[in-house]
Amino acid sequence: MGSVPAPDDALVSELRSILGPDGLRVDSAERALVARDASVFDRGRSGPVCFPRSADQVRAVVLAAVRHGRAVVPRGAGTGLAGGAVPLGAPVVVALTRMNRILEVDVGARVAWVEPGVVNLDLTRHLRPLGFHFAPDPSSQQACTIGGNVANNSGGPHCLAYGVTTSHVLAVEVVLPDGEVALLGGLDPEPVGYDLRGAFVGGEGTLGIATRIAVRITPDPKAVRTLLLAFDSTVDAAETVGAVIAAGIVPAALEVMDRRITEAVERYVHAGYPTDAAAVLLAEVDGAPGEVGTGAERIADIGRAHGAVSVRVAADDTERAALWKGRKTAFGAVAQIAPNYYLHDTVVPRHALAEVLEEVYAIAARHDLVVVNVFHAGDGNLHPLLVFDRREPGIMERVLAAGSEIVSASLAAGGALSGEHGIGVEKRDYMPLMFGPDDLDHQNRLRRAFDPDCRANPGKVLPVGHSCADIQALERVPTGVWG
Amino acid sequence: MTGRSAGAPGSAGSVAGAGVDREVAAWAEEVGSDGPVAAVGSRTRWGLGGRLASGTRLVSAPVGVVEHRPEEMTVRVRAGTPVAELHAELAASGQRSALPERGGTVGGALAVGESDLCALGRGPVRDAVLQVRYVSADGRVVTGGGPTVKNVSGYDLPRLLVGSLGTIGLIAEVLLRTQPVPAVGTWLTSLGVDPWAAREVLYRPAAILWDGTSVWARIEGHPDDVAAERSALGRLGRWEVVEGPPPLPVERWSLPPGELRTRPAAECGPGWIAEVGVGVVHAARSQPPRPVPAAVAELHRRVKHGFDPAGRLAPGRSVLAGAPGAGPVGGGR
Repeated sequence: MGSVPAPDDALVSELRSILGPDGLRVDSAERALVARDASVFDRGRSGPVCFPRSADQVRAVVLAAVRHGRAVVPRGAGTGLAGGAVPLGAPVVVALTRMNRILEVDVGARVAWVEPGVVNLDLTRHLRPLGFHFAPDPSSQQACTIGGNVANNSGGPHCLAYGVTTSHVLAVEVVLPDGEVALLGGLDPEPVGYDLRGAFVGGEGTLGIATRIAVRITPDPKAVRTLLLAFDSTVDAAETVGAVIAAGIVPAALEVMDRRITEAVERYVHAGYPTDAAAVLLAEVDGAPGEVGTGAERIADIGRAHGAVSVRVAADDTERAALWKGRKTAFGAVAQIAPNYYLHDTVVPRHALAEVLEEVYAIAARHDLVVVNVFHAGDGNLHPLLVFDRREPGIMERVLAAGSEIVSASLAAGGALSGEHGIGVEKRDYMPLMFGPDDLDHQNRLRRAFDPDCRANPGKVLPVGHSCADIQALERVPTGVWG
Repeated sequence: MTGRSAGAPGSAGSVAGAGVDREVAAWAEEVGSDGPVAAVGSRTRWGLGGRLASGTRLVSAPVGVVEHRPEEMTVRVRAGTPVAELHAELAASGQRSALPERGGTVGGALAVGESDLCALGRGPVRDAVLQVRYVSADGRVVTGGGPTVKNVSGYDLPRLLVGSLGTIGLIAEVLLRTQPVPAVGTWLTSLGVDPWAAREVLYRPAAILWDGTSVWARIEGHPDDVAAERSALGRLGRWEVVEGPPPLPVERWSLPPGELRTRPAAECGPGWIAEVGVGVVHAARSQPPRPVPAAVAELHRRVKHGFDPAGRLAPGRSVLAGAPGAGPVGGGR
């Protein structure tokens, strides 16, 4: 506000002339707000915050930033869990939330064109009367944006059967870091050239800014069955998951929650979960009626053979919705246990789920921390939440140490660093655990092809030692820029 | 310069580098780091992207299925393996992949990037690759993607390699997603039925083909569902069970699926067969080069230059060959 020094007068006045008075915020409150996302990373620092309403404005903002030698960081709803949207080094932040129009829905071609700020669930709600939906369904889908989904290649429970965001994005109109505009991909199935669309999706804002996205829309299933299986041990639940996949069943979703998180969820939303079980498995099969009926029966049988103490089939849509509400509010329910959480979203081969889970509990115990597990078991995507109160002295160090051990355990089991949350800044320095120097070098070559001058969301994805990743420099605010 | 062997010493300590096998490492030595080189498979689509410069050394990727894990629904396979051989091995466990089986190799299918005729049901080839190991222009083994069915760690090199025609890296080995083979599958054909009406009534068809008069549909799944789909089709007209799809002309067009009603008849010449819902059209006439905007062409140049600065990989060949506006993409600078 008035008390904030504004050494960037020239840039600010240029941005204001592009965006109008209501399209630019430079006050400290707004800048503090966009300096964070849903991760624990709190060392972000934002420059001017832009709220463009069109691709032309995005382009003009990027060109202005280029002229002033400033980096640009795109931002959706800020629900990311890896710090991907956290601005480093006081860059220009481009918040795309006002570009939130669904531009076109073509049911015949099964395509929708949307602006990046469209909220994930709003698109599905819009499509519902037509019998379609947008398949990626992250837990944050009530808030997160399609642009953010594209940036992070987001997943969600139903990606087990339907695939993550990249399988649902046909084309992206992008403002590149130098201000050029390019349409990547296309509505045709085999667009000419390299799959730059595929390269862009999951680029975490380091390859440019999406201004228009063509997404595939998916017909609603003809039949759905949701089962809740309760187990006396988390290992039994995990082994059931492996057995289901091994039997050749591809459920729409297979989610596991352990007792602690189930209790918290029950207190929070009263979803009807049993609170006396060590773990619950939420399984959903959808598709055509025959496969759904058979699939549900076989999952129930496999569960019982692996020690399920109860198997409940949701009787109707209301019960089904309640069960899913419980699952999707799990992260929120964690606040019942402690105010803060820190999580990794490593993936392990499904056969290693039970073993790695046991290790996760042991790691937490060694560091005297509470861990709760709620995860996409079907594709081996763990979400161990270390739950804590950051006001407790020294706890952050223990949390980070435990997190690091969880990552190592997952990778040692043949896993991957991130299944759906992305790398951002929080997981960046773990990348060398998964990739060798040559591998990272080639990822860097891809990044530099899009952004030769490191203007787009610097400091993300690739670890220190690669270009565009010098965190020390980024944390020193450039001269003449806000502190 | 001499070729550097796989993953070592640089990759020590990383999980990705740890898994590079001897065959892949040996192939990297063979590719080396000097002189024009290109990978050759079965030459089923050899002419795509233009003619290789004379003097280009040809190398064949290593062969063999490394590991099929039916319970993970993944298979690790070396790029020189024929797709048919891969599928025979997967079929023994009731699985398959989304790769097209047209007499080619795994690496060839991926470098070309053309999807199977049943892409509507099985998904595009680009979604099949979880992890790729390729030999870079300087003879190193690079691993992109991850070892699990779900992974967003870092940039998506596997998708960049699919369809790259061997111009930015030579695919040595991949980890592919597998799919269960459905219990029942059948091809049906009908004369005069509207293919979009067929699309409308079918829930998840594997393929719908149309030549302007006849429709062919591939239905797969649980026996009850296939029976239900057949009776739904029956309400549209008379259908006959056939052995398989009709013979396809050799050229391949890529059109937006929303434009298939009119464009094939107007542009593709006689004998075309369109994949409804997908947009691929098989025709005797080839698709005119598609224009590429300057900004996209420039990105292609930077990608090619970044991955192959000396232009030694498949010189003469370009993924934008002939595209109006593309300018030279292949080759060094």
